[in-house]
Amino acid sequence: MARARAVLRSVLPFLVGLPILLGVQALSPPDYTLILVNVGVNVILAVSLNVVNGFTGQFSLGHAGFMAVGAYTAAKITLAFSGVQLAFVPEAVSDQLVFALALAASMVTAAAAGFLVGMPSLRLRGDYLAIVTLGFGEIIRSVIENMKFLGQATGLSGLPPYTNIAWVGVSAIATVVMARRLAVSTQGRALFAIREDEVAAEAMGVDTTGYKVRAFVISSAYAGLAGGLIAHAILLTTPRMFTFVRSIEVVVMVVLGGLGSITGSVVAAVVLTVALEGLREFQQYRMVAYAAGLIVLMLLRPQGIFGTRELWDLAPFRRLPRPRPFGGRASTGPEGASPTAVRDDSTHGGRP
Amino acid sequence: MTEFLQHLVNGLSLGTIYALIALGYTMVYGVLKLINFAHGDVYMVGAFAGYYLGSVTGTDRAPGMVGAALVTLGAMAVCGALGYVIERFAYRPLRNRARLTALITAIGVSFLLEYGFQLSPIVRTPVEFPPGPSPRFFPALLELGEPLTFLGVTVPRIDLLGLVVALVLMIGLQLIVYRTRFGMAMRAASFDPQVAGLMGIPVNRIISWTFVLGSALAAAAGIINASSRPKIEPLFGLMSGLKAFVAAVLGGIGSVPGAMVGGLVLGLTEEYVAGYTSSQYRDAIAFTVLILVLLVRPEGLFGRATVEKV
Repeated sequence: MARARAVLRSVLPFLVGLPILLGVQALSPPDYTLILVNVGVNVILAVSLNVVNGFTGQFSLGHAGFMAVGAYTAAKITLAFSGVQLAFVPEAVSDQLVFALALAASMVTAAAAGFLVGMPSLRLRGDYLAIVTLGFGEIIRSVIENMKFLGQATGLSGLPPYTNIAWVGVSAIATVVMARRLAVSTQGRALFAIREDEVAAEAMGVDTTGYKVRAFVISSAYAGLAGGLIAHAILLTTPRMFTFVRSIEVVVMVVLGGLGSITGSVVAAVVLTVALEGLREFQQYRMVAYAAGLIVLMLLRPQGIFGTRELWDLAPFRRLPRPRPFGGRASTGPEGASPTAVRDDSTHGGRP
Repeated sequence: MTEFLQHLVNGLSLGTIYALIALGYTMVYGVLKLINFAHGDVYMVGAFAGYYLGSVTGTDRAPGMVGAALVTLGAMAVCGALGYVIERFAYRPLRNRARLTALITAIGVSFLLEYGFQLSPIVRTPVEFPPGPSPRFFPALLELGEPLTFLGVTVPRIDLLGLVVALVLMIGLQLIVYRTRFGMAMRAASFDPQVAGLMGIPVNRIISWTFVLGSALAAAAGIINASSRPKIEPLFGLMSGLKAFVAAVLGGIGSVPGAMVGGLVLGLTEEYVAGYTSSQYRDAIAFTVLILVLLVRPEGLFGRATVEKV
């Protein structure tokens, strides 16, 4: 019985979410599909980056790099299989299987890249980590630009159009479910402990480096997935798609939604993607507005729109008792901690 | 041998620029513990200020020593003011908040300058402002004549002059930091802002002046660089800024001599690695250096290791 409930709990988000998404697609004009795909991809990116930046409190600026790793892996695989039909299955199914394989591979390679980057750099803190991850993102891009195998600056084109709303929807919901279940798990508690006070967490026996690396690897894997999806939606990968600016866009979504709030990331990703799409004719002013918005947001509400709270925490009538902002079982975790306390590094002497 | 020496000259010329920008990073980081992401863009603004001032004063048509000095000082003043404004309105309100907030704001300011300068011109005559995304040609502010040739190595005179100006500025800064009351206040504010405030040091004013000084140095770097490599565009500060930050970390962030040495070492490393292997990897070299430094000696060449206090 408990097992059946657990299975149902895992499947339920997909059963509810997918029909809604397909409904949205059916209702919107056909040329909006690419926007919907973009929204989904950005949701994946924002929620996965939130695992590192929001849950763990480590500031990463290299998300686009992992996205690039995923995109190129998936592109290489689908290009290698293009024109090849797997035996015993019809063409359409064969294509989908190839795409599934490509996406899985893109998650694996991006996770591997995340591990390689995370191992050395997660020993660093704050600003240094931000710069190093930014540097790694640029190194990844620079390597891609110089590899003949990956098409150098022109990139890979002519990818098969495999990405559709169902793939994006399943991936986005899977990312959200992953983040949510991570947040209410023991692992998640360790991550929040690291966010609140790394030194204290270490003193309480939390393997801080280990947890940080794990969070980083998970986050990169999903970034790779997003890369694979977007590559097969616009049928092209170029190094220019994965610059530092792309990473910043994702950071803005996470910060706007609230560092640590999953639903905040989702809402911010949807709103920003749609808003930027609407502002496309003001191309020039778009980035200026973006930058100004970022500064104003930081000045007025640095914790983001939702803070660390989730959407349902804002409802006026919610179940009492809910002692912790991340919900879950109240009996787990140390008592007397104050998870809502905003961490202020300046009181620690401001070391890196 | 000739090639080796030529790379040495080019590397020193590049390193001087990095060192000058790195000084700004190091000063701001020393006092505020903030990576001023927008510093590279202030450097870009400095080059553009020189471009506009040059065409307003007519120095670009009639190059001369006085004109060049005026343009450089003018650009330094403009950037100093810009540095003040950035500090006053973007960073000061966040002084006592989480450091992440300030970092994100700094990224915002950086983007605002970069994309603001890429807008299509609003002021049309006599000089277009903002300059728009297309690269501009920076006019020669000085008539210096043919480059020197020495053992088969070409040494552009402007690079020599740039090196001299940069050294003078750095020595001046070193004197300010270690020989004046302002410098002492700066070091005190860096050591402990709260106690410095209690001792009667106007911490806010000191921080403002630190920004002004650092931004003025960035403007000088912008003009020296643009005189030697005369293509300027709104995005060219981004990479130089990041590399200068690497130089500051390499030398030990917070240390003035460290920033100079770090800048020169980084410039030479980049020039030699790019020269003898593939120049395609130019941008990646600096970050590789950064990662190696942080792994092996995180406090940098001249820095002192700090112990984590709980």
